[in-house]
Amino acid sequence: MCRDCACGHQGPPDRAHHPALLHQAPLKRTGVAATLQVPLGLRLLEQNDHQAQANRQRFEAAGVTVVNILSSPGSGKTALLEALARHRPARPLAMAALVGDLATDHDAARLRAAGLEAVAITTGQACHLDAAMVARGVEALEAGGRPLAALDLLLIENVGNLVCPAAYDLGEHRRLVLLAVGEGEDKPLKYPATFISADVVVISKTDLAAAVGFERERALAHLGAVAPGAAVVEVSARRGAGLDDLLGLLC
Amino acid sequence: MHELALMESVAELALAAAQQRGAEAITAIHLRIGSLAGVEPAALRFAARVVLRGGLADGARFTIETVPALAWCAPCGELFALEAGLGLCPRCGAASAELRQGRELELASLELRLPDAVAPLAYAPAEAP
Repeated sequence: MCRDCACGHQGPPDRAHHPALLHQAPLKRTGVAATLQVPLGLRLLEQNDHQAQANRQRFEAAGVTVVNILSSPGSGKTALLEALARHRPARPLAMAALVGDLATDHDAARLRAAGLEAVAITTGQACHLDAAMVARGVEALEAGGRPLAALDLLLIENVGNLVCPAAYDLGEHRRLVLLAVGEGEDKPLKYPATFISADVVVISKTDLAAAVGFERERALAHLGAVAPGAAVVEVSARRGAGLDDLLGLLC
Repeated sequence: MHELALMESVAELALAAAQQRGAEAITAIHLRIGSLAGVEPAALRFAARVVLRGGLADGARFTIETVPALAWCAPCGELFALEAGLGLCPRCGAASAELRQGRELELASLELRLPDAVAPLAYAPAEAP
């Protein structure tokens, strides 16, 4: 009889009849707990990336171009969207916006007043938008009578923050980062993780450039070093300057 | 600023992996974090203390490997390390935003303690009579 498990095995002790330890009999205790090293390589944002991919497929199917807009608080994201809402390009564009903020729907209300259909995404304490919030925002937009398929351009105003939003794919086609002339020409050097992910950089509030002593060449040199893949466009939302160039890059 | 939320996904993934293997404890957690991932290792460590307390991974060794940002320089046909986020090749000076690594946010590996009765290594052949 097998001495290990009393299974009736005849002959000398033999491990071969215990394949993969399938016996129900208790195993011998060695008295030493085993340590197991488990390589995993799991992405922490896998769920978000998965949802972002679903969003992207939905945007593709609807034929809408989606832009994720990032900047520090106060760099002029909402003013840029207001200016785009009031702008009359040669080829009219059907646009709508999703607006992320920690609290209040003030920005969405501002955009609606400017004639742009806008849905507020209130994130509570979250410092960024994620793909699931955008999916819910799209649902709200469609429930409000603006189907994605009727849009040319969906603008997503992210939470004002130059660090966290960069890590979250929303399923967008283009990522736009704003740098206001008063923020300091070296901002791209201080926040490379965000600027390197930009497809388009908007230098905003150019009407204030002289007043704040903006050093344009230095800013462009820093952008060229940190975000060499990004197209740069200079915009004054107040004067409506640069908007056609911007739309040309986005659509 | 979202390190707490990230740490909660670490705990969730680690717990699932540990339970799947019948572990009685998670004794080490190893993360790989890209230098351009927008995450502060010190804040992650703090979050780990808070999130892991009282669970299967209470007291686990917690290590973070920083993955340096590397970009591809097409003219040189080689990778280069981004110094302070600057995408300028140190060999030829060409600019590149073609990031090949540096954005990782990964649960790389775990060390688990298995109860000895079910540990595969705990099986010992009978001693010779």
